[in-house]
Amino acid sequence: MNWISNVGPKIRSFLGRREVPENLWIKCPETGQLVFHKDVEANQWVIPGSNYHMRMGASARMKSTFDNETWLDIAVPGVAADPLKFRDEKKYADRIRDARAKTGAQDAVKLGYGKLEGVPVVVAVQDFDFMGGSLGMAAGEAVIKGLETAVEKKSPFILFVASGGARMQEGILSLMQMPRTTVAVQRLRMAKKPYIVVLTNPTTGGVTASYAMLGDVQIAEPGALIGFAGPRVIEQTIREKLPAGFQRAEYLRDHGMVDIVVHRHEMRKTLARLCRLMTKVPAAEPPALVAPARA
Amino acid sequence: MRTYLDFEKPVAELEARIEELRALAASGEAVAIAEDVARLEAKSELALSELYENLTPWQKTQVARHPQRPHFSDYIAKLFDEFTPLAGDRKFGDDQAIIGGFARFAGQSVCVIGHEKGSTTEARITHNFGMARPEGYRKAVRLMELADRFEVPVVTLVDTAGAYPGIDAEERGQAEAIARSTDAGLALGVPNVSVIIGEGGSGGAIAIATANKVLMLEHSIYSVISPEGAASILWRDTTKAQEAATNMKITAQDLLKFGVVDEIIAEPAGGAHRHPDATISATGKAIQTALAGFNDLSREQVRSLRAEKFLAIGRNL
Repeated sequence: MNWISNVGPKIRSFLGRREVPENLWIKCPETGQLVFHKDVEANQWVIPGSNYHMRMGASARMKSTFDNETWLDIAVPGVAADPLKFRDEKKYADRIRDARAKTGAQDAVKLGYGKLEGVPVVVAVQDFDFMGGSLGMAAGEAVIKGLETAVEKKSPFILFVASGGARMQEGILSLMQMPRTTVAVQRLRMAKKPYIVVLTNPTTGGVTASYAMLGDVQIAEPGALIGFAGPRVIEQTIREKLPAGFQRAEYLRDHGMVDIVVHRHEMRKTLARLCRLMTKVPAAEPPALVAPARA
Repeated sequence: MRTYLDFEKPVAELEARIEELRALAASGEAVAIAEDVARLEAKSELALSELYENLTPWQKTQVARHPQRPHFSDYIAKLFDEFTPLAGDRKFGDDQAIIGGFARFAGQSVCVIGHEKGSTTEARITHNFGMARPEGYRKAVRLMELADRFEVPVVTLVDTAGAYPGIDAEERGQAEAIARSTDAGLALGVPNVSVIIGEGGSGGAIAIATANKVLMLEHSIYSVISPEGAASILWRDTTKAQEAATNMKITAQDLLKFGVVDEIIAEPAGGAHRHPDATISATGKAIQTALAGFNDLSREQVRSLRAEKFLAIGRNL
C-alpha cells in the first residue's frame, strides 16, 4: 500500500465524477517512465520526454482542434439498437449500456462544427474508448452525417480516427458501413471539398479498409499502429515475428500510404494550413506589407 | 469420389448402400436390385432434401466452403463465352486470387471479376485459396474503370474467406487497396451485379461486392468476420464457431431480411456441389434478369440508385 492509493479516493471525490484520473501517475508504455497525470494532460496527452502519443478522448481532441476550444455539436442520427439481438459471452445490449455509462457518449463517433484558424470545418472524432472505436451502424451514420454536413456547409471534413475495426456484434450491418461511408466520401469529393484523415493509435480492420484510407490527405500521429489485419492475426498466419516498426505510422509513410506524420503539437497548425491551401483561403497572417517606395 | 460433410452421414450411408448394390449387379451376380435401388434412392433423396431445407448456419458455412462447390472458373466455363482474362495491377504484380477480364455473357459484352479459390492443391496455392493481396484489388479497380469507360456492365463473383493477412499485403497497403476497390464499384456509371457464390468474407468480399444488385446463392454465407474469428475474439474460445455462425446472422435468408442482399438464388436439394450445372445455369439467369433491369437507365441513375440502396441499408430495421 502506498500513499497514492490513500490519497486517490479523496482527490477523486474532490475533482468530481468525470475526467478523474484512475491513477495520478501515468506510465509511459514505451519507456516505462512515470509521469504526473496533469503534466500529460496539459501536454495534449503526449508524454513529455518520450513523446509517446497517448490516446486522446473525443472532447479533448475537439478542444485541441477548434479555435478558442469552441464548436457546435452536430447531432448524430439514431439507429436501430441491436438488430441481431446479439450475444457472445455477454449481451451486446449490455456492452453498449456499459460503454455509454463509462464514456458518457452515445457511440464511438462525435461530430463538431467550428473554426480552425478562422476556417469553418467539420470535425469527426472516432474514439477508441467506446468499444474500441468499433464501426457499427451508429458510427457509420455519424461519419456519413459529418461528410454530408461538410458538403452542406461547403467546408473541409477532418476525421480523427482510432478504431479496432468493425463492430462484430452488429454482423453484416457493420460490414455495410464500409460501402455506406464510402458513398458519403464520394459526395464530398464531388463537392470538391477536402477530406483530411488523421490516423491515430490504433486504426485497423474495416475502418482502415474504407473511409479512413480514402482521405485526400492522410496524416498519421507518430508511432500509431495502422493496418488492415492486426499484428496478432498476421503472426498467427505466417508464424513468424513481425519486423520492428511494422504497421507504425512512419512505416506507412515510408511505404507510400500516408502523406505526413505529424506530432500532436503541430497538428492544429498543419490541418489549418492544409485547409487554407486546399480551399484557396488567404494565409492566416498575411506577410507584412512592404511600404511601396515613393519617389 | 464425393466428399461428405459430417452432417450428411445418413445420406452418405444410403448412397454407399446403393453403390454396393450396383457393384453387385455389375459383377454379374444374379440379384434383382432395381427395386431396392429405387427405394433407397428415393429415401436418400428425401433425406437430402430434408437436410438441406433445414441447414443450420454452421452447416451452411460448411456447404459454402465445400471443396467441390463450383468456383469462379466453373461459372466462367459455363456462363461466359470468349472470356479474355486480363492480368496485373500495373503497379506491382498480378494476383491470381482475383481473376477478371472481358467476356460475352448472353451475347452481351461484360467485364467479369471474381475470387478463385482453386480446386486442386496446386491451384489452391496458385490462387492463394482465394485470399487476395492488394494487387488483386488494384487489378479489380483497373478492370472496373476500363469497363466503365467502355460502358460494359460488370459482373462479380464473390468467394473468399477474406483478404490475405500477411506482411507483404500490409506493406503494399491492403487496407487502401480494399477501400479503393469498394469505392470503384460504387462509382461505376455502368450497372454491376455481384453474386456471393460461396464465402463472402468481410472486407475481402465487400471490395468487389458494391453492386446495383447483390445476389446470393441459397447456401452461401456473407459475414463481417469468419465464425472462427468471431469465436476466438468475442468468446475467446475457438470451439464456439457454431454459436458465432448462428448469432452473427450470416445466411442468405437472414441477409435478405436485413436488405443486405437483393435476391436469393435457389440451389437444388443437396447443394451446388451436387448439382453444379443446375446451380450455375440458375445463377446465369438471375444475373441476366438483374442486368436487364438497368437497360434504359442513364449513368447518373445507375450510380445514384446504387448509392441510395446502400445508404438505405439498416435505416428501416
